Amino acid sequence: MTQWIAACGVDDVDEEDVLPFQHDGVDYAIYRSPDDTFYATAGHCTHERELLCDGLVMDRVIECPKHNGRFDYATGKALGAPALVDLRTYPVKVENDTIYIGV
Amino acid sequence: MSTERAMVVVGAGECGARAVFELRDAGWTGPITLVGAEDVHPYERPPLSKAVLTGDAAPVPVRDADALREADVEFVAGVAASDIDRDRNELVLADGRRIPYERLLLATGASARRLPLFGVSYLRSQADALALRDRLRPGARVGVIGGGFIGLELAASATARGCAVTVVEAEPRLLSRAVPAEVAAVVADRHEQAGVDVRCGTGVAAVRDRGVLELTTGETLDCDVVVAGVGAVPETALAKNAGLAIDNVENGVRVDDRLRTSDPDIFAAGDCCSFPHPLYGRIRLEAWRNAHDHAVTAARNLLDADEPHTAVPWFWSDQYDLNLQIAGLPDAATSEVVRQRSDGVETRFGLGADGTLLSAAAVGTGNAVAKDVRLAEMLIAARAMPDPASLADPDTALKALLRAAKSTPQPA
Ligand SMILES: Cc1cc2nc3c(=O)[nH]c(=O)nc-3n(C[C@H](O)[C@H](O)[C@H](O)COP(=O)(O)OP(=O)(O)OC[C@H]3O[C@@H](n4cnc5c(N)ncnc54)[C@H](O)[C@@H]3O)c2cc1C
Repeated sequence: MTQWIAACGVDDVDEEDVLPFQHDGVDYAIYRSPDDTFYATAGHCTHERELLCDGLVMDRVIECPKHNGRFDYATGKALGAPALVDLRTYPVKVENDTIYIGV
Repeated sequence: MSTERAMVVVGAGECGARAVFELRDAGWTGPITLVGAEDVHPYERPPLSKAVLTGDAAPVPVRDADALREADVEFVAGVAASDIDRDRNELVLADGRRIPYERLLLATGASARRLPLFGVSYLRSQADALALRDRLRPGARVGVIGGGFIGLELAASATARGCAVTVVEAEPRLLSRAVPAEVAAVVADRHEQAGVDVRCGTGVAAVRDRGVLELTTGETLDCDVVVAGVGAVPETALAKNAGLAIDNVENGVRVDDRLRTSDPDIFAAGDCCSFPHPLYGRIRLEAWRNAHDHAVTAARNLLDADEPHTAVPWFWSDQYDLNLQIAGLPDAATSEVVRQRSDGVETRFGLGADGTLLSAAAVGTGNAVAKDVRLAEMLIAARAMPDPASLADPDTALKALLRAAKSTPQPA
């Protein structure tokens, strides 16, 4: 069953950017796309487990800060070497200006 | 021996080992031979002065052992190529074997520059790193000659192992080659904080028996280990003997913007070559990303893609908890703009006389500087001429400057 966790306020994430979130010792990354939609993925790159929240968001792509592995954060799809394994994604809902992720 | 058209790569380092996979990715289904003088599987050099030297990690392969087999690459390890028979398009190995090539890629890299001194160790290969690691025992007195990247990473790793480290640098400051003074100063402070004795403006006159360093200041320094990081020399012997053009300024194998040597069937890439860059003129780089980027361009051009190499140079170094990154070449710039973020991270941008962004350098802990330097790299690639005041203002997003640059056609 999906458990909804309040992660942050909508204003905490800048447009076309990423925010780190931790729950139960697990790292997540929360994104706000240029068209103002929110997404959530696992917090670590699937290549060498670097934290993605220090990476660069361009359009719908997050790039790992260490070796430039790239992922579509909306679908989790890995976009080529060194990122070869897809990123896990989580459902997101917004209620009263609060972002909830389903874990 | 096969008479089928073959791609042959000399040098199984970062660049050569990447290039064979790029050849497959670019669609080459014929034979590929990779010849490496070292008797080991291709490995990454950057960790050798970092986690491998501290003992925190084992050496890392460029790609794992199965990958070479799956890509159907014939890997000849532990044999150097000794000659190129250009009349017959054959590579000659030290053991006498001849390998016919349709196209040949020289990815022979560089080796550590030697000093005319006895009793000094160097760090370039995995074997160097493993031998050195065993000698860096807690309490050992380590004398590092050279305050460049290799010397400083060595100093940080030896300190982590509990050694007492002295760095001797002939220039008045650390990292005097290609790093802005203010960035180098942050690095110098961190070393002093860690207890490293940093002596700039000091040369080494001689190494006496039993590791006694005689300095140009007249002082002597007792060391258990003496190791030098004083630059690298490109491996050009093979090319030179074969009569290929060598650049007389950068000393590398001279190639054009397609990475082609003076022989149309032979290309050169990575640390060993001197190449023309659209922004920086003729350069030779010693950098991991460049070796990788060159491998991509060279592999495609071996297969007649006829594409110029235009990637923006990028370099990083890790020392202690510090991460330093440089996009572009700071030496090429004529003016500087500093952008100071509210969290203290400072990025130093270099601009050319016409206002074109040419470089960005920053140092910080963890991945703090990664995003800004990456955006700077994209701005440089877009030939951006950002307004200096906007560039300096942390409230102007670099992304906005990038968007503006991409929507303004730049002069060709
Ligand atoms: C200790 C260390 C730390 C580094 N850290 C960083 C870093 O933090 N960041 C960064 O950007 N860069 C770093 N670098 C630089 C980076 O590793 C090099 O730029 C990169 O390895 C160059 O790749 P290459 O394939 O051109 O050359 P190399 O990796 O030197 O490979 C060349 C290979 O060719 C072989 N060879 C030479 N001649 C012959 C021949 N005749 N026949 C057969 N084989 C031959 C050599 O044995 C060697 O294995 C570091 C380098 C070292 C040594």
